[in-house]
Amino acid sequence: MNASGIRAADGGGPRVFLVDDHGLFRSGVRAELGSQVEVVGEADDVEPAIALIGETLPDVVLLDVHLPGGGGQLVVTAIKPEHPQVRFLALSASDAPEDVIAVIRAGARGYVTKTISSAELVDAVRRVAAGDAVFSPRLAGFVLDAFAAAPAASGDGPSFDPELDQLTPREREVLRLIARGYTYREIARELYISVKTVETHVSSVLRKLQLSTRHQLTRWAAERRLT
Amino acid sequence: MEDRTGWRGYPARRRGLLSRARALRGCGPLRRGKADRLAGGVAAGLAARTGMDVNLVRLLLVVATLVSGGVVAVGYVVAWLVVPADGADGNLAGRALADGRGLAVAVGIGSLTLVVWIVSGALGLGWLDNLAWPAGLCVAGIVLIWRNAPEDEQATMRHLAEPLVAVTSGEGWTRTLLRLLIAAVLLAGALVALLTGNHHAAIARPLVGAALVTAAIVAVFGPWWLRIARDLVLERQARARAEERADMAARVHDSVLQTLALIQRRADDPQRVIQLARAQERELRSWLFDGRAPGSLDDDTMTLADGVRQIQQEVEAQHGLAVEAVTVGDCELDDDLSALLAAAREATVNAGKWSGADVVSLFAEVEPESVSLFVRDRGRGFDPEAVPGDRKGLAESVRARMARRGGSATIRSVPGEGTEVALTMPRPARERQSSRA
Repeated sequence: MNASGIRAADGGGPRVFLVDDHGLFRSGVRAELGSQVEVVGEADDVEPAIALIGETLPDVVLLDVHLPGGGGQLVVTAIKPEHPQVRFLALSASDAPEDVIAVIRAGARGYVTKTISSAELVDAVRRVAAGDAVFSPRLAGFVLDAFAAAPAASGDGPSFDPELDQLTPREREVLRLIARGYTYREIARELYISVKTVETHVSSVLRKLQLSTRHQLTRWAAERRLT
Repeated sequence: MEDRTGWRGYPARRRGLLSRARALRGCGPLRRGKADRLAGGVAAGLAARTGMDVNLVRLLLVVATLVSGGVVAVGYVVAWLVVPADGADGNLAGRALADGRGLAVAVGIGSLTLVVWIVSGALGLGWLDNLAWPAGLCVAGIVLIWRNAPEDEQATMRHLAEPLVAVTSGEGWTRTLLRLLIAAVLLAGALVALLTGNHHAAIARPLVGAALVTAAIVAVFGPWWLRIARDLVLERQARARAEERADMAARVHDSVLQTLALIQRRADDPQRVIQLARAQERELRSWLFDGRAPGSLDDDTMTLADGVRQIQQEVEAQHGLAVEAVTVGDCELDDDLSALLAAAREATVNAGKWSGADVVSLFAEVEPESVSLFVRDRGRGFDPEAVPGDRKGLAESVRARMARRGGSATIRSVPGEGTEVALTMPRPARERQSSRA
C-alpha cells in the first residue's frame, strides 16, 4: 500500500482524471461519479492527456481504449516510467480482445466496459486506487482463453516460464467466477477464502497478463502495434 | 423413354372425338387434370372428359404412339402446351410465345434435329430419320413447357426426371452396370444399322461424308448453341442477384427498421431504448463484419459462441434486460450442445421474466471433457423447497432436457440474493480433438 492508496482511503475519494474523446461521455461520468470521487481534470486525446496527467498527478486515470491520436496504451506508456504511482483503469465500448489486452499489457490495472453501472464504476475506481486489479467478466474470459491451451500444445517455445505463462488452478477458479458475474465478496464466500486473498489472486493474474510472453497475448498485443 | 413419350402422345388426332364427346356429355371445355397426372395431365383430362378409365386412356396413347411412329407423342406435347391446366386461366402456349429465349432454344433443338436428319440420310438410316422429327419436336415442346410451367407442374416434371438423372449421374456398381448396358445396347444398335445399311467395303465413304456434314453444321451453329447456353447462365445469375437484393432488403427490414420503429415507440423509456440500440448494434456488427446474417444463426455450421451470442441478442431484445455474455473457447455445435443451449436459453428467459434483475450473466466454457454454461442473476431468488408449480415446471424442463442428453443441471437460489443455473454437458471423445480449448 503506497501513499496514493492511503490518500484515497483517507480523503473524500480518489482523485480521478478522465481521458475520452467523447465530451458527452466525460460529462456523464463526471455527473455520475462527482459526489464520490474527486475529478481533477479531463482530456480528449493522447497529447493533452499526457501533459495534464503529468501536472495533476491523479490517483486513477479513467482511460478510453480508443483515442483519435492512437490507442489508450500510448498514454500509459508515456506516464508510467515517470509517475509509477498513477494507476490506469481502461474503459471501452468495444469488446475486442486485442484492444483490451494491449492496454492492460501497457500497464493498466483493470478493464471495464462503458456500460458498467455508476456504483460498479466507483467501486472499480476505488479498487484500482488501492492498488488492486479490476477484471470485468469479459476480461476474465479473455484471460482464461489466452491461458487455456496446454503450454506444450500452444507453440510457446522454449521461452516458456511456468511462473508467468500458466495460471494456477485457484486463479482459474477465481477468473471463472468473475466471468460468471460474481463479485469479489461472493467469490470469497464461494471458495471459503478472504476477500483479500481473492484480490491477491486477481493481482497475480494481472501481473502474468502483463509480463507473460505467451503466444496468444503477444499476438493480441502485436495487433495493436505494441510489443 | 419410348413408352413415356408413348402415353404422353395423344390429343390432336382426337380433337374431333373430343368435341363429339363434349357435345354428348355437355360439360365444360377440356382441362388438363391436376390431381391424377403422371406428366402433363392430358390423359387425365381426356379420361375425365370422356368418362373412360384414365389407365385405359394412357394405354391407348402408348399404343397409338408406337403405331404412329411418334406422331401421337408430338400431339401430346402440343396438347400440353395449348390445353389449360385445370383451374388455370391461360394455356402454356401463350406464355411460351412471349418467351423469346425459350423459342430460341426450341429452334436450336430443331437445328439439331436437322443434323440428325442429314446424318441419318447420309447413312441411309430411314428409321432414324422417321424418329428424329417427332423426337425433336417433343424435346422442343418440353423445353417450352419446362420454362413456362408453373411451380407445381415443374415439380411433377422434376419428379419424372429424377430416376433418369440418378441413372446417368449416380454412384455404385449397379448404376454403372446399367449405364454400360445402355451404352452397349446403343452401340450394338448403331453397328447393326451401319452393317445392314451399307456393304462392308463402302462403309467408310458415307461415314466420312456424315462426319464432314456434322462438322460443317457444328461450325455454323456451334457458336450460337454456346451463346444460348451462356445466356441461360447469365439469366440465372441475374436472377440470383435480384434474389440477394430482395433478401437483404428483407433482413434490413426485419432487423434495423423494426428496431427503429420500436425505439420511436419507446422514446419515453431511455433504458429500453439503450437496450434496443445495443442489441441492434451487436446484430448489425456481426452481420457487416462477421458475415453472420440476422436471424440466420441457427444453421448447421454454428458454433457454441454463436449460440450464446444468439441467446444474448434474443433475450435482450425480447425481455428488455442486459445479458453479459462471456465465452471461453469454442467448438462446433452438435445435438447435445444444441440441447445445452436450449436449456441455457430457457434459464436466461426465466431469469428475465422472474428475477427482477436487470442484468443476467451468461458464462460458457468449452473444456476438453465437457462444456459448462452458467446463467446467473442477482434478482429476488426463490426458495428451492417452496417453488410454485409453474416455476418448478420450468426448472424441470431445463433439468430434463439436460438429463436426456447425459448432461446435468444444478439450480442454486437464495431468496434475496439471486439464482444461478449451472449446466454441464460431457463431450464425446471424437470431438475433443477439434476444439480450440
